[in-house]
Amino acid sequence: MQPIVSIKNLSKTYQSGHKALNNINLDIFKGEIIALLGPNGAGKTTLISTICGIVTPSSGSITVDGYDTVKQYRQTRAIIGLVPQELTLGAFDAVANTIAFSRGLHGKPADPAYIDKLLTDLSLLDKRDSMLMTLSGGMKRRVLIGKALAHRPTVLFLDEPTAGVDVELRKDMWNLVRELRDSGVTIILTTHYIEEAESIADRVGVINNGELLLVEDKSTLMNKLGSKQLTIELRESISGIPETLTKYELELSEDGTTLLYHYDTRQSRTGITSLMKDINAAGLVLKDLHTKQSSLEDIFVNLLQAES
Amino acid sequence: MNWYAIGVIYKQEMLRTWNTMLQSIASPVISTCLYFVVFGAAIGSRIETVGSVSYGSFIVPGLIMLSLLTQSISNASFGIYFPKFTGTIYEILSAPISFLEVVLGYVGAAATKSLIIGAIILATAGFFVELNIAHPFWMLAFLILTCITFSLFGFIIGIWADSFEKLQLIPLLVITPLVFLGGSFYSVDMLPPFWQKVTLFNPVLYLISGFRWSFFDVADVSVGISLAMIVLFLTLCIAIVWWMFKTGYKLRQ
Repeated sequence: MQPIVSIKNLSKTYQSGHKALNNINLDIFKGEIIALLGPNGAGKTTLISTICGIVTPSSGSITVDGYDTVKQYRQTRAIIGLVPQELTLGAFDAVANTIAFSRGLHGKPADPAYIDKLLTDLSLLDKRDSMLMTLSGGMKRRVLIGKALAHRPTVLFLDEPTAGVDVELRKDMWNLVRELRDSGVTIILTTHYIEEAESIADRVGVINNGELLLVEDKSTLMNKLGSKQLTIELRESISGIPETLTKYELELSEDGTTLLYHYDTRQSRTGITSLMKDINAAGLVLKDLHTKQSSLEDIFVNLLQAES
Repeated sequence: MNWYAIGVIYKQEMLRTWNTMLQSIASPVISTCLYFVVFGAAIGSRIETVGSVSYGSFIVPGLIMLSLLTQSISNASFGIYFPKFTGTIYEILSAPISFLEVVLGYVGAAATKSLIIGAIILATAGFFVELNIAHPFWMLAFLILTCITFSLFGFIIGIWADSFEKLQLIPLLVITPLVFLGGSFYSVDMLPPFWQKVTLFNPVLYLISGFRWSFFDVADVSVGISLAMIVLFLTLCIAIVWWMFKTGYKLRQ
């Protein structure tokens, strides 16, 4: 299958000398949702900005729908929509006007009916003539999405779409992204929330220090990310793990008061219920319990170690 | 050519003008009236004529130039600086448009606004003094060329500036003095010989002189030189803007 976005040996070094992207190679296919995961400063925004034309690549090439993003920018930018990370909006424009502005910039004639439809889909119709500065943060975020969709792009970039967005709006946004995907739009989003990638992406790429460490199907990656740790604190210390509990492969802390149990939330049985029963049967008294999910940082460390 | 993009940029910039109508239109009118009261009536009553022209009429071209220059620069510089400041410039940078289209949109709007202001001041002046325009075609040509040139100059300042302070710096420290010392309110003949020579290094002198010639058929310097100077400055501005977009200067990293 011909990729809709094809990135080859892309590197970007800023004038300051900061190397933001280091030899990125990535193919993105039509109609998929790909999430780029990475900590702050990993190079996610630089990667998106380079594809959209805001940042000039230092070396390497990018094609969108077969066109080169530097030499044939008119063709590539006409089909790209971008929702930036920051709430960058003018203050004194009306909502409908600013969306119409974005549409015109992309070389499309005015289409008030389509803009009203967009506003309806984004629950902004009652704000169509409101000044941008009077809107709440969540509304501004939706206006930015409306601006990005104003020219009916077929490739949509969402840079941290749910940063600082409340839970309800986040769900709405995920639904919107899925609907767009179903209508044939290819979506590239960046995030540093694992659950966001988990919830909507088809594929996940992990970026750190300007390098694309891996790109995998979500299900494959999530299995790697899915391990959790249950910490069991005991009222009284024990000298060794009772024989009835050996099948759980528990780890006992040096002072004998804490047991560690590793399990996978994606498995049909986590083994927690039977572990609890067996602990009870073994006569151990619990003081406290807590669980910890492997963090993104842990995964980066693992990935980096695997790299070296 | 992405005409829709030029259209929406132009429209957005003009809309900003209407939204700030009082500040955009009323303030140049009020300041012009003040100049007429102070220079035309109070001081002018003691000068009477410069050459064959009454002092009140004599200062009209200079007054219009003063407003055109400052308005063109402040409009165009603010127009492009503000999106940089708020971050909305990302949209321009990621849109399928060339530098020529961006310039046509922003500079076209700024120049239009200056032209409107110039016309309003001219009309206002008509209430105070008698105006007979000797060369209407050249008057309009000077007016339009000046609006475009200084809007381009303002656009350059807007891209160069990375703070509001810098945005004000050039208009305040360079343009205003040059306009005042460029013969807005006096003829160069009125200066001592030494200062007459110094004034010849002031580019604005040529603008005002040429513009005044189109009104009264009298000029401090030859009209040909005036026209050549403004075309030269226009070419220079176009070259700088072209270079800025080519290199992405302060716009595209």
